[in-house]
Amino acid sequence: MQRRDAILKIMEYIEDELVVCNIGFPSRELYDIEDRKENFYMIGSMGLASSIGLGLALSQPDKDIVVIDGDGALLMNMGSLVTVNACSPRNLTWIVINNGAYGSTGNQETYAKDLDLVEIGKSVGLKSYNFFEIDLKRKIKNDSCNLIVFNCKPGNSQAPIIDLTPEEIKNRFMKVIEK
Amino acid sequence: MDSTEAIYNGLKDAGINFIVSVPCVNLSKLLNMIDEDDEIIHIPVTREEEGIGLCAGAYLGGKRTAILMQNSGLGNSINALKSLTELYGFPLIMVMSHRGTEGENICGQVPMGQSTPLILEAMNFNFFKPGNPEAAYEDIRNSWELSEEQEKPVSVLLEIKYW
Repeated sequence: MQRRDAILKIMEYIEDELVVCNIGFPSRELYDIEDRKENFYMIGSMGLASSIGLGLALSQPDKDIVVIDGDGALLMNMGSLVTVNACSPRNLTWIVINNGAYGSTGNQETYAKDLDLVEIGKSVGLKSYNFFEIDLKRKIKNDSCNLIVFNCKPGNSQAPIIDLTPEEIKNRFMKVIEK
Repeated sequence: MDSTEAIYNGLKDAGINFIVSVPCVNLSKLLNMIDEDDEIIHIPVTREEEGIGLCAGAYLGGKRTAILMQNSGLGNSINALKSLTELYGFPLIMVMSHRGTEGENICGQVPMGQSTPLILEAMNFNFFKPGNPEAAYEDIRNSWELSEEQEKPVSVLLEIKYW
């Protein structure tokens, strides 16, 4: 299973949740699988998906927020693990797809290839699970902040470039929140 | 209105209700005031760049956002300020304790302190350098609207002699 299959699997559980998605192929594949107004596609600032998701979760406590992150991006912003844990908003679900590679730049290996990210999450206090051992919908809906690790193989699909301007992504996302 | 109250009042009157911070000794009294304010969500972050991400998410969620940090944090945030905040046109107030300015006694602060205004100019971001509390209040209060209008962060640099 590669990242696109992982995102496809994740999206089976998504209804009206707000989704913040990591830069590069992850966002392109999500766009290709299921473009929706509730998706915030990152076009820059690698590493900050979980931070954006945290700010959103704290500002919109009545909405469920799902972050689709990657292992390379997590390694770039590991401080986010402790900040997310310190805040622990009940409406935040942080999914890290760990394919052990910097997929968007040519699948160079990451150090996460040999890391157990579930154990790392637990070690800072975050409720952390392997995707294949839980029901994602229940974790999204329960009363705790969760880190979900989805291990898969490296590889990119043929997903096209996202045909939306940053302004369009922002405006439709904010409009759907206001509703 | 002392130097800290001026900043606090400016932020309040600008409607700021979501603040992230990395501490500076000159900001400590301000951070305590913000912590005691129930109308403001205050999240200390591990690194300034992370805070830029939080502010982006909070703005999407309807908040008015600010970051409090040392000017060293600008260096830690440059890419996010460009490829997130400016790219999507998010407003943001950056209140910076501007170290390495006249009166600095830690030599390590000087190189970044000297370059900070030049970096902001190169980034094409507006900034203010108020010299007294009255000016700081006005600049901060007006920064949110200016930032919304320009769809870019606006900074307020508070040099050592300001305090």
